[in-house]
Amino acid sequence: MRWVNRHLRRSERIALGALPIALLLIVYIVMAAQRHADNPMDKILPLPGAMAQAMSLLIFQTDQLTGQIIFWVDTLASLQRLALGLGIATVISLVVSLLLGVLPPVRATFGPLVTGIAVIPPIALLPILFIALGLGETAKVALIAIGVAPVMIRDITAHIAALPAEQIVKAQTLGASSWQIMIRVALPQAMPRLIHAVRLALGPAWVFLISAEAIAADTGLGYRIFLVRRYLAMDVIIPYVAWIAFLAIVMDATLAYANRKAFPWAQGASH
Amino acid sequence: MPANPILSLQNVWVEYGDKIVLEKVDLDIQPGSFVSIIGPSGAGKSSLLRIILGQERPTRGRIELDGAPLSPECGPDRGVVFQKYSVFPHLTVLGNTMFGLECAQAPLTARLFGSARRAARAEAIAMLQAVGLGDTLDQYPAQLSGGMQQRLAIAQALIKRPRILLLDEPFGALDPGIRADMHALIRTLWRDYALTIVMVTHDLREAFTLGTRVLALDKRRHDPHAPHRFGATAVYDLILDKKSDPEEAEPKAILSEEITLSQESA
Repeated sequence: MRWVNRHLRRSERIALGALPIALLLIVYIVMAAQRHADNPMDKILPLPGAMAQAMSLLIFQTDQLTGQIIFWVDTLASLQRLALGLGIATVISLVVSLLLGVLPPVRATFGPLVTGIAVIPPIALLPILFIALGLGETAKVALIAIGVAPVMIRDITAHIAALPAEQIVKAQTLGASSWQIMIRVALPQAMPRLIHAVRLALGPAWVFLISAEAIAADTGLGYRIFLVRRYLAMDVIIPYVAWIAFLAIVMDATLAYANRKAFPWAQGASH
Repeated sequence: MPANPILSLQNVWVEYGDKIVLEKVDLDIQPGSFVSIIGPSGAGKSSLLRIILGQERPTRGRIELDGAPLSPECGPDRGVVFQKYSVFPHLTVLGNTMFGLECAQAPLTARLFGSARRAARAEAIAMLQAVGLGDTLDQYPAQLSGGMQQRLAIAQALIKRPRILLLDEPFGALDPGIRADMHALIRTLWRDYALTIVMVTHDLREAFTLGTRVLALDKRRHDPHAPHRFGATAVYDLILDKKSDPEEAEPKAILSEEITLSQESA
């Protein structure tokens, strides 16, 4: 049978999907065990026990300096920055895309500007943001928002502009004004795409968050990773990276689920 | 007695760059008529519909609706049903039909509440029952068959009571059986609501069975070295006498004659 025709049952898919992950874990443990057999003090590939021990200190014990539980403070700080940055970017993207996508004069005026901003690597703006906004939360949130918004705007604008012309004409023959077309025709049809765009923006948003935290912060998952890097504390770095991956997967799955539930009409259609 | 025309085109030209699509179209459409527009591909059938609709502006000429110059923009006085994409995928059947009422009555929110909403809902339901969609109020267009989507598009347009209903190959994508049902429906609606309909179609039988007047667009002149320099215009304008029931009229005789005519001109 051709491979293109080999469709799998759900249980088979789960088993197959788990296989490479399990293999990777086994390879890691074997390699770590080997290194520890050679040198019991090895820090580069910590064993699971060492990671659990290091993390339990961060997760359950209050830090003597700050009186706080470091792991949860880091998580909360990072999630707050991420949510604020993404939230601001989402609202801005939606409003700007609606204006750009529906109104040709606005698109002609601001389209090139958005394209121009979108090609600037956001990390290159980080020094400007730190200088202009200080080293506090504002600069980090701004980096995330500025980093992901232009791409989202371009994507959603293109989606709105690609709505069939027949729909826009039909709405006008039903008496709709530009404003009514924006809020009743374009906005609802942009929403599934907006959530999709947020899902895709999660990856870059995490990159900008970790970068900003690495450079100037006193809490945050990225700050912690770059702090303990100085001590080669792989027993903290690896669990932190796994935790970030877990958080990202949960966010992505939640958004995908919300999209399916909230917009039943959009399932299986490009528009 | 000849009434004043509801729609009047005088010396209308449509050009794209140096390509002339329509040249010197003069046309008066009487209220209550059902005009079928036929012609080979590229003869400007859809261009003619688009300028009547207001989606495009003619390069030259004058269009009057009820004696007043037509605003170069789509408006609620001209309803339209396209072959595809005529309904909003994100609204239910009822939502699609109420849309026109909501836009007119709530400029800012385009949504109605309370008694206004109940009244609009009742009007929309009555309209949907007239097109045979009374049982699918809460379904989304993607859940409907092609024929039902077109029924919805018609109901959506008619609820605005347009002066003219424009149909752009509305039944072209439907199965033959469904198409016959739709013909019966549009004929009933045309009679019951005293509509004026302009329909573009490539189906000659459809044009003659439904229309009270058939307009054939084609190029009168042809320059083999610059085929784009001559535009199409109305080469045949047949008023069909439909005193008897249109189904019992004699479209077949005219049809066969017209097929040879259009083949010669093509």
